[in-house]
Amino acid sequence: MHDFQFVTPGTLNEALKLLAKHGASAQLLAGGTDLIVKMRVRHARPDLVLDAKHIPELNVLKLDGTGLTIGAAVSCRSIYLDERIAARYPALVDCTALIGGIQIQGRATVGGNLCNAAPSADTIPALIALGAMAHLRGPKGKRQLPVEKFCLGPGKTALRKGEMLIHVRIPKPAKNSGAFFLRFIPRNEMDIAVVNAAAAVVLDARKTKFISARIAIGAAAPTPLYVEDAGAVLADEPVSENMIAEAARIASDAVRPITDMRGTIEQRRDLAAVLTARALRGAIDRAKRGNR
Amino acid sequence: MNKPEKLPHFRVVGTNPIRPDGLDKVTGRAVYGDDFKIAGMLHGKVLRSPHAHARIKSIDTRRAAKLPGVRAIITGADFPKPSVAMVPMGEGGYVDMNDTADNVIAKGKAFYDGHVIAAVAADNPHIAEEAVALIDVKYEVLPPVMDVRSAMAPGAAVLHETFNPGAFFMKTHKVLPNASRLELGAGDVARGFKEADVIVEREFTTETVHQGYIESHICTAQWDERGQVTIWTTTQGAFAIRDQVAIVCAVPMSHVRVVPLEIGGGFGGKDTAYIEPLAAMLAKKADRPVKVVMSRAESLRATGPSSGTFIRAKMGAKKDGTLVAADLSFAYEAGGFPGGPIAAGVLTSITRYNIPNVRLEGFDVLVNKPKVKPYRAPGATQSNFAVEQVMNQLAEKLGMDPVEFRIRNAMKTGDRLILGFPCPPVGGVEMLEAVKKHPHYKAPLGKNQGRGVAFSFWFGAGLTSSAELSVNSDGTVQMCTGSCDLSGTRLTLAMQAAEALGIDVEDVSPTIGDTHSVGYTLQSVGSRTTFATGIAVYEAAQKVLKEMAGRAALLWETDPANVAVDRGDFTDMNNPAHRFTFRELADKLEHSGGPVSAQSTVTPERVGFQLAAHLVDIEVDTETGKVDILRYTAFQDAGKAVHPDFVAGQIQGGVVQGLGWALNEEFWYDAKGRLCNASLLDYRMPIALDVPMIDVVILETPNPGHPFGVRGVGEVPIVPPAAAVANAIYDAIGVRMDALPMKPGRVLQKIKEQKSAAA
Repeated sequence: MHDFQFVTPGTLNEALKLLAKHGASAQLLAGGTDLIVKMRVRHARPDLVLDAKHIPELNVLKLDGTGLTIGAAVSCRSIYLDERIAARYPALVDCTALIGGIQIQGRATVGGNLCNAAPSADTIPALIALGAMAHLRGPKGKRQLPVEKFCLGPGKTALRKGEMLIHVRIPKPAKNSGAFFLRFIPRNEMDIAVVNAAAAVVLDARKTKFISARIAIGAAAPTPLYVEDAGAVLADEPVSENMIAEAARIASDAVRPITDMRGTIEQRRDLAAVLTARALRGAIDRAKRGNR
Repeated sequence: MNKPEKLPHFRVVGTNPIRPDGLDKVTGRAVYGDDFKIAGMLHGKVLRSPHAHARIKSIDTRRAAKLPGVRAIITGADFPKPSVAMVPMGEGGYVDMNDTADNVIAKGKAFYDGHVIAAVAADNPHIAEEAVALIDVKYEVLPPVMDVRSAMAPGAAVLHETFNPGAFFMKTHKVLPNASRLELGAGDVARGFKEADVIVEREFTTETVHQGYIESHICTAQWDERGQVTIWTTTQGAFAIRDQVAIVCAVPMSHVRVVPLEIGGGFGGKDTAYIEPLAAMLAKKADRPVKVVMSRAESLRATGPSSGTFIRAKMGAKKDGTLVAADLSFAYEAGGFPGGPIAAGVLTSITRYNIPNVRLEGFDVLVNKPKVKPYRAPGATQSNFAVEQVMNQLAEKLGMDPVEFRIRNAMKTGDRLILGFPCPPVGGVEMLEAVKKHPHYKAPLGKNQGRGVAFSFWFGAGLTSSAELSVNSDGTVQMCTGSCDLSGTRLTLAMQAAEALGIDVEDVSPTIGDTHSVGYTLQSVGSRTTFATGIAVYEAAQKVLKEMAGRAALLWETDPANVAVDRGDFTDMNNPAHRFTFRELADKLEHSGGPVSAQSTVTPERVGFQLAAHLVDIEVDTETGKVDILRYTAFQDAGKAVHPDFVAGQIQGGVVQGLGWALNEEFWYDAKGRLCNASLLDYRMPIALDVPMIDVVILETPNPGHPFGVRGVGEVPIVPPAAAVANAIYDAIGVRMDALPMKPGRVLQKIKEQKSAAA
């Protein structure tokens, strides 16, 4: 590991100034579970590391009448340990509670997971399915992006020079809705997703028809993929295994996987279908039980 | 030596005392490789080849040398050519020391991704790492040869113009530019197949796997003023490391002192010198002590894994269930240098069955991967994966219960083995009968669930061990052996000393000597420590008792022949009033000729065979191909379990490693021969959630080659899991697995093929 400066800004302005000044040679550190590993193997060589954990705006975790704000430096563990959040957004628990072990979950952040932009990131499909917006701040002020537009490729994000993620904002779940996330790994824990998937559904009052659905697949394209068509095909259709299979087929056709040490193209296509179906079943089940 | 048919009633052997090193290990007091520090210590880092196969055109270290804090840089040019060639390396193996030297650091050619090119010592690890990145190497990249079949194909790139074929148990002979071969057999195979009513013929592949010991290779070297180097290292064999360092660095063996530190796992992979000669050379050049720590990635890329294989198996049986013929051909990866476990893999493939007509062929194949190393019963897991599946298929064709079919053909005491000698006492049939009677064998199974069985054999090793016992005046005993403790052998050896001396195990204080403080002892390999070093301890104890009996005779003014020794009590057979406990007599030694100690060096040969039978229940997720292990029962003959809990631990550990090999573990190389999954994240060993509680059934057929009947236990439990799981998958969903690992994608592929065949 080469020598670098470590700064702990106490305010957002200070952090933004340093980012603007140092540009690409500066890196924000949230939980560090990706950055430190990358620095150790020399894949990242920042000259300045900015600790995000003391910037107030980045440490907000707030549930209100219209949704949930997750500051970029909020740990996975503090999300799933919050009973009100867990009750309203069980799909967030699905993903935040399976990243690494408990120690890692105490450090790792949803914001970091998003900014690391790994195709296999476990929190991003759930954020996409839940319709989350990424709130950014930079030298030219504030802007917002739907999470599905935030990642541009492996390790590449829509962040511009000097810009940083402040928080993600997830809207309040609609009535009769449910969401579910799962991943496939060959082992039973401690692994990178071969494919992961999230689904969020809104059902009609009798819970026999889809009003709308959002489906996202990870580790099967250069970025976590929002498969809009797979959700759209369900709108106004009855809740049935046939429709689930149709959405799964669309998701499987939409993915653009590669073969690597974690899985093959064919296996990932198959898994995209299987996991889409399982995520939908999980989401429907939650919708029927009041999203629990 | 005692005959085990008259086994004594044991006081200590067969109990489960608490290990003396346990608390220090869980509280962090035990000194492992990375815990060792010494004043003035520099830190070494290694430059490794990014190419699987390349000629080294030039190495320019000038930029690295200019970095402040860099104290020494070495390349292959700093090492002499070894003065000796073929050297015995334990387990009947011979190693060409030129290969060992070239494996330590490349000279002219890099043979695998991760092969050492140069090393740097600097004031701290970060400077050393930066300096490594400044070394400029020019390569001529050559086509990599990455599996046995392409290495044996005409036109394959050639690794070595000439090489000494390896020898592990048996010698092989060079037959192809990248391969050497051995063959052995019995009877008439063609006639055997003519007699057969059912024949099964199949092909199998397995991938390269690693032992995955949790502690990586770590050592520290320091020279003294008279040119003696001391190396503190984490190893399975201090003497093995000493011998290799001496030859590779051209230092007299007497001038290399290797101090073994605690070891965080070895499994066969930690008796080869990788970083020790580098640390020694760096320390010499810098004139400072140097520590070298291998990262996990380095360990996976560049230390000896176990071979990937290609196997052809053809076996035949008669209607009554009698095996009549086997024709088996095995090609095992050797890695970048010759000498894989081919003979062991071939010999253990069928040695547990009586088959009159056999042809066994093995190829030791050079590929651009790290030189393979033993991994728990080296070679046997791969051949067992093939043979035990064929056995189940034959049983199915015959309409026989697979366990019954194995009982019908199981090798029994006195049967003639393929190596020509009669089988020593074994309890194979009894073990298989125990499998049949176990409740697990008939327990109900659900949908997509299946049960598999596999039966396995391993030789184990004897080899040389030394032990010294010193009696203290308070009746306690110091015990020093040369055997590094991988698995609790400090305690199993202390227990044998206590048993032999007739004292409490708490009164025996075990230590592990360094190469300057204890007699020659080969590595802790081949399941040999409790067996062979146990005999050394036993023999030393007999010498102590004889000397002490003599002292009692002196004190009682009688002839030593009149002194009876029983369970630590010394009595005068002619005078019942003359009686000493061990402790009482110990107190009198100083004034009856001085304190007593005794040394013993032994090379026992009658190791007894290891047999194991495993039962596994699995469930397949037919949508994803994922296999979950539901229930596991492992049966094994320990001869005599010295410490039954440790035996169970060895069996459970072996099973877990075998399950990893079965389901997910593999080296994943890209098209250029670079290892992509060089981390424990992606080299998918099982974690706690992947395995159920593993039930252990210990059987005891005493080994006549050991005074307490002990057999080795550490290796054979890794052998059956892969085959047992494959048989269970067939039982669950009707697909035959022909490749390891049986990872989800591969199982799913089989399910899809099955579906399209049915359609």
